[in-house]
Amino acid sequence: MSARDKILASLRQSLEGTQPLANPFDASLVDKPWRYKPEERITRLKELMTAVHSEVHLTSSQAWPALVCKLLAERAINKLLVAPTTAHGKALANYCKNENSALKLLAYDRPIEEWKRELFDEVPASFTGTLAGIAATGTLVVQPSPAEPRLMSLVPPLHIALLKASQIYDNLYQAQQHWPKPMPSNLLLISGPSKTADIEQVLAYGAHGPKDLIVLLVDDA
Amino acid sequence: MSSQRIPTLDVTAQKLKSNARLSLKDQQLRTNMRSAMDSLISKRLISMPDEDERENLRELGNKIKARALSQLPDLLEQLESNLTKQGIQVHWASTTEEANAIVLNIAQARNAKQVIKGKSMVSEEMAMNEHLTEHGIEALESDMGEYIIQLDNEKPTHIIMPAIHKNAQQVGKLFESRLALPYTDDVDSLIQSARSILREKFFQADIGISGVNFAVAETGTLLLVENEGNGRMSTSVPPVHIAVTGIEKVVANLQDTVPLLSLLTRSALGQGITTYVNMISAPRQPDELDGPEEVHLVLLDNGRSQAFADSELRQTLNCIRCGACMNHCPVYTRIGGQAYGTVYPGPIGKIISPHLLGLENTPDHPSASSLCGACGEVCPVKIPIPALLRRLREENVKSPKQQPQIMAGQGSRYSAKERLLWKGWQYFNSQPLLYKTGTFLATRLGKFTPNKLGPWTQNHSAPKPAKHSLHELAKKHLEKKS
Amino acid sequence: MSHLYYNAAPQETRVAKPRKAPRSYPTHKPTHIYLYGTCVVDLFFPEAGMDAIHLLEREGIQVNFPQAQSCCGQPAYTSGYSQQAKDVARSQLALFTENWPVVVCSGSCAGMFREHYPDLFKDEPETLTQVNALAERTYELSEFLLKVCKVELIDQGEATQVALHTSCSARREMNTHLHARELLNQLAQVERLDHDHESECCGFGGTFSVRMPDISGAMVADKTQALQASGAQQVVSADCGCLLNINGAFEKQNIPLLGQHLASFLWQRTQAKQEPNT
Repeated sequence: MSARDKILASLRQSLEGTQPLANPFDASLVDKPWRYKPEERITRLKELMTAVHSEVHLTSSQAWPALVCKLLAERAINKLLVAPTTAHGKALANYCKNENSALKLLAYDRPIEEWKRELFDEVPASFTGTLAGIAATGTLVVQPSPAEPRLMSLVPPLHIALLKASQIYDNLYQAQQHWPKPMPSNLLLISGPSKTADIEQVLAYGAHGPKDLIVLLVDDA
Repeated sequence: MSSQRIPTLDVTAQKLKSNARLSLKDQQLRTNMRSAMDSLISKRLISMPDEDERENLRELGNKIKARALSQLPDLLEQLESNLTKQGIQVHWASTTEEANAIVLNIAQARNAKQVIKGKSMVSEEMAMNEHLTEHGIEALESDMGEYIIQLDNEKPTHIIMPAIHKNAQQVGKLFESRLALPYTDDVDSLIQSARSILREKFFQADIGISGVNFAVAETGTLLLVENEGNGRMSTSVPPVHIAVTGIEKVVANLQDTVPLLSLLTRSALGQGITTYVNMISAPRQPDELDGPEEVHLVLLDNGRSQAFADSELRQTLNCIRCGACMNHCPVYTRIGGQAYGTVYPGPIGKIISPHLLGLENTPDHPSASSLCGACGEVCPVKIPIPALLRRLREENVKSPKQQPQIMAGQGSRYSAKERLLWKGWQYFNSQPLLYKTGTFLATRLGKFTPNKLGPWTQNHSAPKPAKHSLHELAKKHLEKKS
Repeated sequence: MSHLYYNAAPQETRVAKPRKAPRSYPTHKPTHIYLYGTCVVDLFFPEAGMDAIHLLEREGIQVNFPQAQSCCGQPAYTSGYSQQAKDVARSQLALFTENWPVVVCSGSCAGMFREHYPDLFKDEPETLTQVNALAERTYELSEFLLKVCKVELIDQGEATQVALHTSCSARREMNTHLHARELLNQLAQVERLDHDHESECCGFGGTFSVRMPDISGAMVADKTQALQASGAQQVVSADCGCLLNINGAFEKQNIPLLGQHLASFLWQRTQAKQEPNT
């Protein structure tokens, strides 16, 4: 008998003659305590994300490319990993071109195996879109894709994420109602830069993932 | 202050009592643990201040897990079928040996030399590191806490915070001696040192190992929570990802994870959510540029189906591994996690370990509790831990031959003499005349009570019975009145 | 190792007991009650039982003390000998023939009646009815004084400071941990001082204290130190199991404090100038 059959047979034997319990799910318990007025959503998200060392900048759909360049310049960063095929990638590229920006835009346009060393050692920052935001917990929903692969929001020390205010949901339950179906190969909730409290419970940022997270919150209402 | 660290290799579950004695003398450990647990307790409460919200959610969490258990075999099959469809390979293991063999096979097929691990308690259960090392494969922990204790050749002291028993000075000295780094007790510097060492290991690793917090049957999704990013690194940098998990981690659907996630992160760390929630439903797709080419899930039984067979003990499997029970446990707070000699310490460890290892290997675990109830009060999925401890005591003192046999190692503390004593106790207490004569004698002979009364007088003066029992005094008083 | 060991019959999956609604109390004081002294009070703190009787009589209640009472069965139950516990429990069940409230001098024994007897007798439907009825009319002393008698205590004593230790059963099974506090608050000259880790167990746990003396000893040492560090002149508790543990440790450690049962403390503070109004 395979382990699979052994385990399943044993579990089935223990449940013989019993009925599965009814579904107890009660959406109000995870939804009601975490509802906000539209204007509160932005405030709450900003407050919670700031509390865990993220930077949140309110900006507009016109102004954000300039803000990206300014924030990077302030940090003396001259390279940025960005997906050239996305709308926000194009917008940023256009801006940089028009402004003759010194910022060098890098593309994640080949399999990781071909440039792993470079990604690990030579990419100081990345810029990605987000699927949504969650006010209750101060969270970004990020869906890695062929254009913006998994490691883009993970390996570079600085991650800049673009979030539209219209896509902020109250809570995880509500956000979940809008997730892609079927589930993509990878879906992420990101609620700040990487951190640890494993030594004496002292909080330290930049454990294994990005040391800094900047959220550009675009007011598109 | 000297720290009398218990060497890992001497720690066995059978030695709980003597381990505890050693740990209790370690003032540094006592101080470190107390301050850490106090802080975790207050963080939890701050994150769930509204009693109604908290208690309603705990009830929901309990019902969601109970419902999942009530259809566990079906959910496991559904999970397997969906994961397989999506390209994730599912393996089943009855024992840790089988699980290790599965992992080793995958590693050898890839000719793997280096394995990087996200945090996984099931891999600790399997002693996976030791197993892989024996076969010439380096297995390195990447969770900061796990990394620290691996450097010190120890076992985790806490399921969420493996190195919580150490302070920054101790970690600084450890890094100085093992990694040849200049001494510092600055936590940021220590973390940055570990980060740069481990980054290179992520880069090189042939395989990444992770645990699973929730396995969603309906969508075939493995959900992992973490703060550090090592879980994401382990599951998306190396070309192969192997997730190992217990069979009880499966839930019906995605929405079930909403309350469970909230309960988990708030109970564990007082966080509304962890920095990362990583949902994996497939390996790298043809059009994707990164992510593991192979994803495997190993489903481990290792005694869980034994707990499952009894409906009271089945509740053990509600556990979502938040660690709140240990944070609130006065015993755990004092002796630390390593004294238990089991992978899972604290209250949950005391009720799950007997299933994983057999009662004969954990004979003192059910008894190492005052049944104060602090664990049951905070458990986010409402496992009646004190009731289960009591139940395990029952199994532990039963005759080894008594039917039905519920557990491996039943009757490991069976003693005909003790059973007889309790029978005597029962007789004494159910015969009023005998009881009254007994207490009468005890009060009259009270002055002859010996000054040493076994273990009691280790901590107490000898108890002196009163001159007259309440039976006598009440009788006299009430008769006088009427 | 193989785990295909068990042979339990298939059973339905359990959900947790629902959260209890706050207890509702009778609107009138009863005329009669049963007093359940508990075995520890009987042998080591009989004065606490007597002071409980005095307090209750002062409320105009006729106290009945069944002479056939012994132990609630808890020591055997928590040690894993439920059959022995059940036999003793059965003998205690027979004591309370009248439908009067049963007032218990200790939270843990009251908890045994209310929480664990129903579990012990779950397979005996007829006894279970009786057990559930007993659970319904069982009160911990402080709960009964405060919620049923609605006592109004008039402090007659000198100014003092007390530290209150609440038993785990009172806190987590009986939900009566605030009652003793409220009673003490009624005493004008008594200041209640908090102590460190107040909600933490004193380490008694019945047979735990002798099975695991090292761990139990560390717990009680922390408790006695916290009580002493509170600066209180007196220590009070509504549970004599805890008091046996704490007082024994005070004495062993030469700490000049002695815990007193709440009943004794309340009676001594209030009886000086008041006659029981029988």
